[in-house]
Amino acid sequence: MQPDDANQRPRGGFAVSSRREFLGQLGTAGLVAAATLSEGPAEASTAQRQEEYIPANAVPVSLRVNGVRHDLRLDPRTTLLDALREHLHLTGTKKGCDHGQCGACTVHIEDRRINSCLCLAVMHDGDQITTIEGLGAPEKLHPMQAAFLASDAYQCGYCTPGQIMSATALMKEPCGPSDAAVKEAMSGNICRCGAYVNILEAIQTIRKAN
Amino acid sequence: MDSFRYVRAKDESQAITFARRAKTAQQGADIRYIAGGTTLVDLMKLDVERPQTLIDITHLPLTEIEAAPGGGVEIGAMVRNSDLAHHPLVQRDYPVLSEALLSGASAQLRNKATTSGNLLQRTRCMYFRDVAMPCNKREPGSGCGAITGINRTMAILGGSEHCVATNPSDMNVALVALEAVVRIHGAAGSRDIPIADFHLPPGATPQRETVLQPGDLVTHIVLPAAAPGSRSTYLKLRDRASYEFALVSAAVVATVEAGRIQRVRIALGGVGTTPWRLIDAERRLTGMPATPDSYQQIAAAALKDARPLSQNGFKVALAQRCLVHALRQATETV
Repeated sequence: MQPDDANQRPRGGFAVSSRREFLGQLGTAGLVAAATLSEGPAEASTAQRQEEYIPANAVPVSLRVNGVRHDLRLDPRTTLLDALREHLHLTGTKKGCDHGQCGACTVHIEDRRINSCLCLAVMHDGDQITTIEGLGAPEKLHPMQAAFLASDAYQCGYCTPGQIMSATALMKEPCGPSDAAVKEAMSGNICRCGAYVNILEAIQTIRKAN
Repeated sequence: MDSFRYVRAKDESQAITFARRAKTAQQGADIRYIAGGTTLVDLMKLDVERPQTLIDITHLPLTEIEAAPGGGVEIGAMVRNSDLAHHPLVQRDYPVLSEALLSGASAQLRNKATTSGNLLQRTRCMYFRDVAMPCNKREPGSGCGAITGINRTMAILGGSEHCVATNPSDMNVALVALEAVVRIHGAAGSRDIPIADFHLPPGATPQRETVLQPGDLVTHIVLPAAAPGSRSTYLKLRDRASYEFALVSAAVVATVEAGRIQRVRIALGGVGTTPWRLIDAERRLTGMPATPDSYQQIAAAALKDARPLSQNGFKVALAQRCLVHALRQATETV
C-alpha cells in the first residue's frame, strides 16, 4: 500500500467515513474477481443492480429529500427508511429495530420527526423530507451536531443521526425547560451505549443558547 | 411482508366503496385502511397482518378539531396524536385526553399516529405478535399461549378462556372516561357508537375486536361537552418512566361539591381486554365524601371480578392503588 497524503481523511469528529467506501470497494473487487473467473462481463455493484430491478407492481413516487426531488418507482412495500438507504443511498439514517421502537431511523417529514421505518414511502409522495445529510455537512455542522461533538454525546454512533434528528425537531415542539422534560421528549431514541447523560447535555446546551 | 396493492382514496365514499369488498374488517382483513401506519406496518412486517389491498386514507379531509354545535368537540379521524394532545381546546376542556396521549408511545410515533388509528390500536400481547406462537386472536382455534404461558402483562378483567390480551391504548382509557362517541361512515350510512360499545370483549371470538364491518370508516371521535367544574387526571404506572405501555392506568373525571363527589367517570387501562369503565364504582362513589377512605372502599370493590393469571396477580393491588391515587389527584383541593 502506498502512502497517499491526498487521500487521508480529516481526523475525528464528523469526518467523512471511509468505512463504507472501503467495504464497497471490497465488494466490487470481489464481484469483478468472480466475473473474471467465470469469464462473464463485470457486474455492476449490488446497489446499482437493486436500482435497476423494478417489480411489476411498482408505483411512481416522488420524494423531496433535503431539497432535492427524486422520482422513483418503488414496490409499495418499500418503507421510507429503505427508500432513503437502498434507493437514494442516503445511509446516514440508520435501521435499528425496524419496528418503530428504537428511533435510529428518525427523519423529519414536513418538519416533524417520525420513524421512517414505519412509513410506506408511497404514502409520502411529494412530502418534504429532511435527513441527517440535509442538516449539516462536515465542513459546516448544524449547531446540534456541533453540540453532540462538544459534549461527546455518543459512543458507537449508530443511534446518533436519529438522536440529532429528534433533538433538532424537539427545538420546535412544546417542551418544558427541565432535564426531565427533555428526557421524556427524547425517550423514543434508544442509545444502547448509554450516552444519555451527554446527549441531554448537548441538547440543553443548545436550548439554553437559544 | 406480503405484497399488496396500494390505493389512495380521494374521498370518503371512494374509500368506503373500495373497503366494503373486504371479507372482514377485523383480524386478517384482506382490504385495510391505512393512516399513520404505526400499528399496521409493524404488524405487516411481522406477518400478523397480510392485507392484499391498502387504502390510504391520509388525504381525506378529516384533520380538523372543531367545537360541536351542541357543545363538545368533534375530532377528525386523521388528526395526529401530537396535534390532538397539544390542541388548546383539548388542553382546556379535556386535559385527561391530552395527558393520556402524551403518556403513550414516543414523540415520533405521536407525530404519525392518528386518532382513529389509536382507537384501533392492536394488542401488544407477544403471542399475538409472533406467528410461531398459538393465538386465538390471530389464528382462531390455535389456542392461547398466554393463559398458561408468559402472562405478566395480560388482562385481569374481561378475559375469556380464549384470550386475555389487553387493549394497549392510553387514549382509549381517557375517551371512555369522557364518554366519547365514535362516528362511523359505512356502506349503509353514518352511525354513532358510544365508545363503551365500540370495543368487543374477546369471548369465543377474540379475532373480532370492534363493531366495525367491511367498509366502515371511522370519521370522527365526538366528545360531549365537558362537565362544568370537573377536574381530571390520567395516572399511568409502567415498568419504565417513559415510552412503555401501561401495567395499570386510570382516567378519572370528577366533580366535587361541598366535599362530596357529585359526578365521577372512571376508566382503567392495562388491566382489561377492552378499555375498562368502572360504572359500579362511579355509581357508588357518587354522593360519598371526597376522601381517601371512600376511594379505598371503592377500589377494593372495583376489582372484585378480577381474574389474575399465574404472573399478573400484582395487577389487582396495583390497579386498586392506582385508582385511589388517581381519585385523590383529581379531587384534591389545590
